[in-house]
Amino acid sequence: MLQDMTILSSVLSLLGGDGGRLLEIVLLSLGVTITAVVCAGFVGLPLGAGLALVRFPGRTVVIVLVNTLMGFPPVVAGLVIFLLLSRSGPLGGLGLLFTPKAMMIAQFVLVLPIVVALSRQTIEDLWTEYRDHLTSLGAGRLGSIPTLLWDARFSLVTTMLAGLGRASAEVGAILIVGGNIAGFTRTMTTSIALETSKGDLPLAMALGVILMSLTLAINGLAYGISRVGARFSGKS
Amino acid sequence: MRDTTSLLPLVVRDLRLEMEGRVLLDVPIARIQNRKRSVVLGPNGAGKTLFLKLCHGLVPPTAGSIEFTSPRSAAEIRRKQAMVFQKPVMLRRSVRANFTHALAMAGVGWSERRRIATETMAQFGLTALADVPARVLSGGEQQRLAIARAASLNPDLLFLDEPTSSLDPTASRQIEDMLEVLHERGVTLVLTTHDLGLARRFADVIFFFHGGRLVEENDAQTFFSSPQSAEAQAFLEHRLFW
Repeated sequence: MLQDMTILSSVLSLLGGDGGRLLEIVLLSLGVTITAVVCAGFVGLPLGAGLALVRFPGRTVVIVLVNTLMGFPPVVAGLVIFLLLSRSGPLGGLGLLFTPKAMMIAQFVLVLPIVVALSRQTIEDLWTEYRDHLTSLGAGRLGSIPTLLWDARFSLVTTMLAGLGRASAEVGAILIVGGNIAGFTRTMTTSIALETSKGDLPLAMALGVILMSLTLAINGLAYGISRVGARFSGKS
Repeated sequence: MRDTTSLLPLVVRDLRLEMEGRVLLDVPIARIQNRKRSVVLGPNGAGKTLFLKLCHGLVPPTAGSIEFTSPRSAAEIRRKQAMVFQKPVMLRRSVRANFTHALAMAGVGWSERRRIATETMAQFGLTALADVPARVLSGGEQQRLAIARAASLNPDLLFLDEPTSSLDPTASRQIEDMLEVLHERGVTLVLTTHDLGLARRFADVIFFFHGGRLVEENDAQTFFSSPQSAEAQAFLEHRLFW
């Protein structure tokens, strides 16, 4: 028994007495992750749809590359962004290193390939179904993208959840570019890493439980909304 | 009322479609005449669907020409025709939104879209289904929606690929009634079928295909009483052949 009661009391004391600091960490984590995922959605969904519909030389190579990037090791992504944002790097002048913005950029970079790759597949499948009709209406391939994105919306929720999963579980990249500065760039995952290495296992576990609960809540909510929506538009 | 300067007749010459060395379609000459009910007849795999898709401009031909009569821009020619597919494409939206989407694609303004959608649904008995998701409709209702949606675009020329093939007799009857209404309105209809009953009741002109080739183009009465080609004779006598 790994100090079950200690974990429980740590969770309670985190939620209770020490709530202010915890809330800060939770809000920062949510802020960084959700901003990154939303931005990746705005950029990635049209890109994925474009990649599904537009034929150009080297398309296959791009698809394989994007699929590969889904498994981009976060620490490597973090390192690359660290080099770009560091004082002597090309984007050093922006002064973004060790800020929440740097963490958002890192997570955006990690989530984007997932959104592009999965939405490309979804849109391509839908295109085979809609192609004749949309072509008959004179929409053209690019003109069909809004229709396809809208009609695939319930499948794309799952795509976005996959991206959210990647972002919320991620620690390597944000640790490197954020620096895990207390009260500024300390998120739930970086706190867990820190507390574990400090040996405060109950606290680390407590944070883990909270992170898991939040992720579960967000996923449950998104799934529920998309199911209800799907029922109303007759997909299921 | 309707624009009287029609696109038709549509004249097809030396039309060929080849894929990987195989000739999939070969039409030396065919004329789709204004306001005539054309039925493209033939067994499965005869090239009926391909013929429609080529005429409608969905598939580019390997060779040959597809010419409309009045010289207009490609966009205008596209707007003046519509097609209903064998398996109706139902957008994952309500019945009403299926109409307004098609109309939006055709460049119709927002309030006009709503008005035309409401009007068309009323004409074809779809009003009660307006807010129902299109994909939960029955097969017959989906086919009616698909045809009404195409009709709402006010085409001169409407292609229909096997409009009644998967429907029960009642639903088929409703579809035939819709087609009659459109014919009365002056829409030129071109439909494929392997249903001889439908062809006999409906057709003014028959295009008979076999093995990817247009074997016979004939006035419907003549076609059914004295078909010119051996293939058509065999088909009408229900003799199996391929």
